[in-house]
Amino acid sequence: MTPQEEERFKRARKSRNLVLGLVLLGFAMLFYAITIVRVGE
Amino acid sequence: MIDTMNTASTTQPIASDWRDFVALMKPRVISLVVFTGLCGLLAAPGQLHPVLAFTAVLCIAMAAGGAAALNMWWEADLDAAMRRTAGRPLPQGRLQRKDARDFGIALCGASVGIMGLAIHWLAAVILAFSIFYYAVIYTIWLKPRTPQNIVIGGGAGAFPPLIGWVAVTGEVTLMPLLLFAIIFVWTPPHFWALALFMRSDYAKVGIPMMPVAAGEAATRRQVLAYAIILLVASLAPWFLGGTGAIYGLCALVLSGAFLLLCIPVAFRRTQQADPMRPEKRLFAFSIVYLFALFAALVVDRLVLGQGMVA
Repeated sequence: MTPQEEERFKRARKSRNLVLGLVLLGFAMLFYAITIVRVGE
Repeated sequence: MIDTMNTASTTQPIASDWRDFVALMKPRVISLVVFTGLCGLLAAPGQLHPVLAFTAVLCIAMAAGGAAALNMWWEADLDAAMRRTAGRPLPQGRLQRKDARDFGIALCGASVGIMGLAIHWLAAVILAFSIFYYAVIYTIWLKPRTPQNIVIGGGAGAFPPLIGWVAVTGEVTLMPLLLFAIIFVWTPPHFWALALFMRSDYAKVGIPMMPVAAGEAATRRQVLAYAIILLVASLAPWFLGGTGAIYGLCALVLSGAFLLLCIPVAFRRTQQADPMRPEKRLFAFSIVYLFALFAALVVDRLVLGQGMVA
């Protein structure tokens, strides 16, 4: 792998991990909200 | 996670981007699925807390995205040979095949699990069946075998309003089945309009789409036949008292326009290098049609408070 390819690979992996983290955070918030709604019913 | 190239000759990592995973989910198809699912949910008699309504629609979108990823995983070789699909992440080598498969399975599993735990298990069971219907019955079994693939496969796209409705009411009744029937009958003319001007693509990969298997003339006649059935199916909720006049009149106008656009398609004979304008116009209108029809259903329900026949 050339240095440019390696740089591109690392950049793509970083952005992928960032998005995955945001998605997981979103799900944690959603499950919290669902629990509050369900408990309140 | 380190991705490696599909090609056996190299182990060079692939710089797959998160956008490639989004592309796997067929976002444009999801937009229609989410819309019809949301409309089914809003048109149903009853109330669902906004958080739960959001969760139900999210589950429908995740299931559709997961099933689309499984479809792309299974058909990667076919996609590579077709102009319309050659730019997708797998044929382009931007993703590894097994990652697409795992992504699809994870999305589908999560969508069914969340739907069942947070909303309703009947909705979750129908959601699971809709995934199986699209990924296995349609993609793996019927699509490569029968020119009726789209007719039967149309069922997969018809599930979202039914699931949205059941998420609210918890039961399968006449109205959601009619909504299912509308999309089921809408799918063949919608897709065959596309297949008519993409015919060479399907012929090249040996998929027995109707224009390839039965010929253009037969396909054109069937487009018209389905448009007539669609007119009846779309008016059925009104005739049976499930909706009010707003929906009824919109359905009449929209389905009438759909039928009028099908007439030139049905009776045309094309030459080589035909620009296929009537077919392209019909395909474009068919998408607007479905959005508008389901929007009318929701407006009708919100304004007139109909939709109580269930």
